[in-house]
Amino acid sequence: MTREADSPPVSTAAGAVLPGVRWALVRDLRIALRSRSELAVQLLFYVIVVALFPLSTTPERNLLSTMGPGVLWVAALLASLLSLPRLFAADYADGTLEQIALSPYPLEALVSGKILAHWLTTGLPVALLAPLLGVQYQMDGESLAVLAAALLIGTPILSLLGAIGAALTLGLRAGGSLLALLILPLYVPVLIFGAGSVDAARSGLGATANLSLLTAGLIIAVVGAPFAAATAVRIALD
Amino acid sequence: MLEAHELAAQRGRARLFEGLSFRVDAGTALVITGANGTGKTTLLRMLAGLSAPAHGEIRWLGRSCAAFDAELRASLAFAGHAPALKDELTAEENLAVLLALAGESVAPAAFESALGAVALGAKRMLPARVLSQGQRRRIGLARLLLLNRPLWILDEPVTALDSAGIAMLAEIVAGHLDRGGIAVAATHAPLSLPAVRVRSLELA
Repeated sequence: MTREADSPPVSTAAGAVLPGVRWALVRDLRIALRSRSELAVQLLFYVIVVALFPLSTTPERNLLSTMGPGVLWVAALLASLLSLPRLFAADYADGTLEQIALSPYPLEALVSGKILAHWLTTGLPVALLAPLLGVQYQMDGESLAVLAAALLIGTPILSLLGAIGAALTLGLRAGGSLLALLILPLYVPVLIFGAGSVDAARSGLGATANLSLLTAGLIIAVVGAPFAAATAVRIALD
Repeated sequence: MLEAHELAAQRGRARLFEGLSFRVDAGTALVITGANGTGKTTLLRMLAGLSAPAHGEIRWLGRSCAAFDAELRASLAFAGHAPALKDELTAEENLAVLLALAGESVAPAAFESALGAVALGAKRMLPARVLSQGQRRRIGLARLLLLNRPLWILDEPVTALDSAGIAMLAEIVAGHLDRGGIAVAATHAPLSLPAVRVRSLELA
């Protein structure tokens, strides 16, 4: 039998972080590509939720362009929430999460790769679709650009915070609804600064302050969330 | 050398076992038996570092290990109840992904020969979704063949395997012991391993 007797052992030092991130990213993207219909359903859900609001109110120009950013943001939150159980639950059920936790790569790195794959398959398409859907709300060019920028900065925060909730609710009955209760309040600041950025741009204040605060939030989440989610995964396996 | 010292396990209010001490030397296997619910899986998960014992300690190569100890993780091949396979990936891709996760660099040709050795050579390009439970277990055997780890912890490794598969498993474990490895397995069906190399532990 072929055995690589002298394969280099993986050290758990900093050098193993990037290979760990890459392993999780490549694997999760590959599995997501094999189950494209699931991704399409989530995006379609987002598009339909956004399309329902203009139908349910008077199609008045001012009203629509005022509520547009808020509606798009709430739909983005719901789309993110809908896809969160996929992040860890399948791996937990089929035993892969045990192997992930026992890998010589740091768990924080593997979790980061999974979160990045989650954002690339849900948050990024949502942010890219937003300017297209915003046209439905009579939003002007500048508002659409600010909205897309805010979603590009904000949706990774949703994936990062959501990963903590998804890991904490692993193995619980009614984990899905508990996840919503746990995570939606944490999403509120992202919603306020994200939707507020478009309002600020429209009122002439400029969106810089809001986008800066979102960026600060993103940096904090990138640094903290993988550690919190990894700890929650270890607790779930115990 | 794997040692357990005064281990105790608690599940809710019930004490599953306590005061459990044993030692497994290089080149030997510890076979754990016991009725359902006596804590076999709990004990294996403790030894693998997936959960912390309620009391006592686990020593690997003489050093005490907490749960998720980095050095223990790098020496360990754990095969749990669930085979950790993805339905979307083929047998060969599953194997490659699991070995990459373990940080092993394996030549692509080795996957084919390992799957051939567990009689899955012709099925290696099929998605895991269409494989039977026994065939899925055999992918786990191929993984053990390629993983270069001294400590194997196997939870019910014979589940869903046919008699040829069980013989294959016994042969793979015996080969591992011959190379100075350690295997700890919880099993109902006896494995035909050389008697001098096997110690048994019954949980009650």
